[in-house]
Amino acid sequence: MWCELLQVNFFDEYQIEGVSPDANEICLEVAPENLSRALKTAQNAKSVKIKLTKKHCPCLTLAAELPSLSSVSRVVTHDIPVDVIPRRLWHDYKEPSMPDFDVSIYLPPLKTMKNVVDRMKNLSNFLVIEANLSGEMNLKIETDLVSVTTHFKDLGNPPWGDDASQSRSQSRDPAAMAHARLDIKKLLQFLMGQQVNPSKAMCNIVHKRIVHLIFLHEDVSLQYFIPAVA
Amino acid sequence: MDYVATGSNVKVLAKAIHSLSRIGEELYFESTGRWLALRTVNSSRSAFACFHLCPLFFQRFHTPQGDSFRCKMPIKSVQAVFKSLSSLEKTVEKCRIEWKPEQSQLTFTLHCKMCSVLGLLKTHNLSFQDCESLQAVFDKERSPNVLRAQPRLLVDTVLHFPPSLEEVTLSVTSDRMWLKNHVEDESDQSQAMMTELYLSSEEFEDFVVTLANQHHFCLKELSAPTAPPPDDFMCDAHGLIPHCYGTSEIAGPSTQINQPPRSTHAPTPPNHRLFSCFSLSSSQFRSLFFGSVLPTPSQGTSQTLQGQDVLASDSEDEGSP
Repeated sequence: MWCELLQVNFFDEYQIEGVSPDANEICLEVAPENLSRALKTAQNAKSVKIKLTKKHCPCLTLAAELPSLSSVSRVVTHDIPVDVIPRRLWHDYKEPSMPDFDVSIYLPPLKTMKNVVDRMKNLSNFLVIEANLSGEMNLKIETDLVSVTTHFKDLGNPPWGDDASQSRSQSRDPAAMAHARLDIKKLLQFLMGQQVNPSKAMCNIVHKRIVHLIFLHEDVSLQYFIPAVA
Repeated sequence: MDYVATGSNVKVLAKAIHSLSRIGEELYFESTGRWLALRTVNSSRSAFACFHLCPLFFQRFHTPQGDSFRCKMPIKSVQAVFKSLSSLEKTVEKCRIEWKPEQSQLTFTLHCKMCSVLGLLKTHNLSFQDCESLQAVFDKERSPNVLRAQPRLLVDTVLHFPPSLEEVTLSVTSDRMWLKNHVEDESDQSQAMMTELYLSSEEFEDFVVTLANQHHFCLKELSAPTAPPPDDFMCDAHGLIPHCYGTSEIAGPSTQINQPPRSTHAPTPPNHRLFSCFSLSSSQFRSLFFGSVLPTPSQGTSQTLQGQDVLASDSEDEGSP
């Protein structure tokens, strides 16, 4: 999963001194549960400061100024241990490149998709997503006892433009379906985790290989790559 | 013995029991002509909790003259009587607690308003064991530190720590109170997320600190007193042994129209209808008496340590502090 936030939209103050002037980046590994819990307690905070510090180990120190009953604010401080990733390993963490997809389509409303996939998980461990360039998408499950298909129409296909790398999809028969078989839990986990309705939600399918989900909301982008199973 | 609680007091009774269940496994039940006490202590005898319910809390409070009744029972059995707090409020009109001398069981009867004509009675007969009176030994008058706050403050503070967290460290200085999560193991420190919160003395109704020091608590026990919320909640750091107590004005039985005025604070138990008391000693109980607490250098250490009473009598040897 890959998520990008433009700092200027979130922070009043932002200072960073990376590894070197030409590599002005810092790469940290952190347990998301810790960060999420720290941010939750700071929900009603007047202000939040996040610093990279060195306590008993490198830490992300989150200090939140909370409203209080007196003139002096309450301050809660969380020290979240992190691992600093050395520069030689940074290539492992680069944004994955957009795969050469066969079909790109806008997703149906997230709530509907969540409900459908949630019910399907009770019947099968695997789900097939298929879509074409005519705005049609099907979600299918098939077992010995039952097969269920949900059809979506008029979803629209994102116009990726005249990019040479997208040429595979340009010459394609608009009615032809590209599909991929996925572990239903992986898809559901991602859908259930969404807190906000994205302004744009797209799905790129590489036939029988990968499903690439892209969510855009204001200036935040979130991408999720799910490999297909046989 | 025959006690009847009605209306919203049934829920208060239930909350008191659920709150006690977070500390100990056995409920100590003691009734005299003056009050009904529900008490518990945890397995390591380092935390004690007690609710005193005065006669005004009940619609009917009948204790035979000169008789007092004392017993203990597994707290889970009593909790089972008051299972779902939200449905209690909607369905139960009355709760009756009875015992007759020839019986070996305590009877809890819930009168439910399921249907105005038929009604529904749920009767629970709980076996009990005889026991001694469970008392915590402490003297409020000798507390060098007194912190008094609205219960909301404690609830809001505890929220910042994860429910699974084992221990917290509470420190006080002359103008602040700090809460930090406490990690025993050196190796855990590199993995664990450390959280620290401080409250300025201005947030408290009373903040008197004559002895700056630190204690380690089990978080579960510290959050137990927040339900049911008292009107007035005090936390005394009695030198080395902090204890918290609260008093509440509870609505009288539904037949009573006027509430008696709030009386001035009297020694245990007060004239308020519900008096709750929680004593939380450090989980490093024995090590306290060997100087692992850090008083400020200006205080006479030896003077402080000598004057302490044992909180709960447990002479088990816990090994070196």
